[in-house]
Amino acid sequence: MEKILNRKEGKLLAERIAREADVKLHECYQCGKCSAGCPMADAMDLMPRQIVHLMQLGDMTEVMKSKSIWLCASCHTCVERCPHSIDIPTLMEKSRMEAQRRGICAVRDVRLFNDIFMETVRGFGKSQEVILEGAYNVTSGHFFQDMKNVPKMLQKEIVRPELNQVNAVNEVRDIMKECEKGGANR
Amino acid sequence: MKKFAYFPGCSMDSTAVTYKASLEYVAGRIGLELKEIPDWNCCGSTAAHTKNEKLAYSLAARNIAIAEDTYPDLDIVTPCAACYSRLAYAKHAAEDEFTRQEIERIIKRPFKGKKEILNFLDVFSQEDVMQACKENMVRDLSGLKIACYYGCLMSRPRKITKAEDIENPMQMDKIIELTGATAVEWDFKTECCGASHQVDAPRQSRPLIERIFRNAKANGAQAIVTACPLCNMNLDMREKEINEMFSKKYDIPVFQFTEILAIGMGAGAKTSGIHQHFWPAFDLINGVLRANFGKAGK
Repeated sequence: MEKILNRKEGKLLAERIAREADVKLHECYQCGKCSAGCPMADAMDLMPRQIVHLMQLGDMTEVMKSKSIWLCASCHTCVERCPHSIDIPTLMEKSRMEAQRRGICAVRDVRLFNDIFMETVRGFGKSQEVILEGAYNVTSGHFFQDMKNVPKMLQKEIVRPELNQVNAVNEVRDIMKECEKGGANR
Repeated sequence: MKKFAYFPGCSMDSTAVTYKASLEYVAGRIGLELKEIPDWNCCGSTAAHTKNEKLAYSLAARNIAIAEDTYPDLDIVTPCAACYSRLAYAKHAAEDEFTRQEIERIIKRPFKGKKEILNFLDVFSQEDVMQACKENMVRDLSGLKIACYYGCLMSRPRKITKAEDIENPMQMDKIIELTGATAVEWDFKTECCGASHQVDAPRQSRPLIERIFRNAKANGAQAIVTACPLCNMNLDMREKEINEMFSKKYDIPVFQFTEILAIGMGAGAKTSGIHQHFWPAFDLINGVLRANFGKAGK
């Protein structure tokens, strides 16, 4: 298995992420309540509990290579039930950003969807659900996903052909440009 | 009666047609004035914060800043759970003076972040608004058993939402009971619907929807009521698929809570939006209304 970070680097990165997330990693005593209540746990390769444990050990390589950091739905059930209120969604989120910066991504479709979402916002200032779904289907290769719902949507006028756009769309683009200085994932 | 700065969010102009129609109807009936924030932009939703924290704050903050400028005295209300969460996050971020100033620099607007951020459950559970709804009820939905589904973002994280109860919230239950309907006790009020994972990780996240229907049915609910465009679409649009995928026979229409209020206030199928559902909803409501027709007092 390829090691992206050595032990010391991993430890330092885990500590930095924990600090930014306002988490004291040593407070986790592995009770597992987070993982018991996690709605996405079934699909995860590492349980939320294990993510925290690996971060305690400084093994950020394993964390960044996991599917779990991409499958976390940020529902915040874990942090609310954690006896120490450990903010696992933020740990997941910051690990995901780190992974993206290093070009690691275990669940490509999730990254793709978020990227396309933000590009529609850059283009129009508002999210365009129709363009988003279309562009996602084409780029992900899942061409027919959700297409069986389209006739009903049109028939019931649930979606309409016109676009919703911000007049001052340049303001939104400038905000995005400014925030993405030094990399899109911050 | 009451005035709010209104942030509709992108879904209200596309897939949330039934929410929009019913909300406008109910607001008109009880005299709730919603002043749309001019030239608002996407709040960043679930995508921006997975990529870039500053961007997530700034996109939401631009809308708050415009509202501060245009409607200095009004609180902000939004119908979407994700919009609500993102605006509330931006407000929370502004409590840190350094972050607030950085956001101001990025959005090139003054941004105080002091305004209250509300969702429509907050608004409709205010006593005077509830009273106004009660006075406008012309129909009786007694006998209709409803599971109120709140989803994640209106309750969690607590530091952002300041929610009283994150496991068993009661706001929506009280609101829909104004129509005479019964809110059932059930266990999945604040379980996650999977949000955008229903698109980008469908295989992994479909079970989340199935178990929401399963628990609603197990507790005797005939309908599920939501207060978010995406929760609603994930349940309503995918019910047929869930039945096929898991060999189930769920027959549980999914409403927005404003649709139930609109029906109680006398709205027709078209005005309340119930003819625009994916899973047929008309027969259930029609049956309840027919059964109650002519009963004393109404």
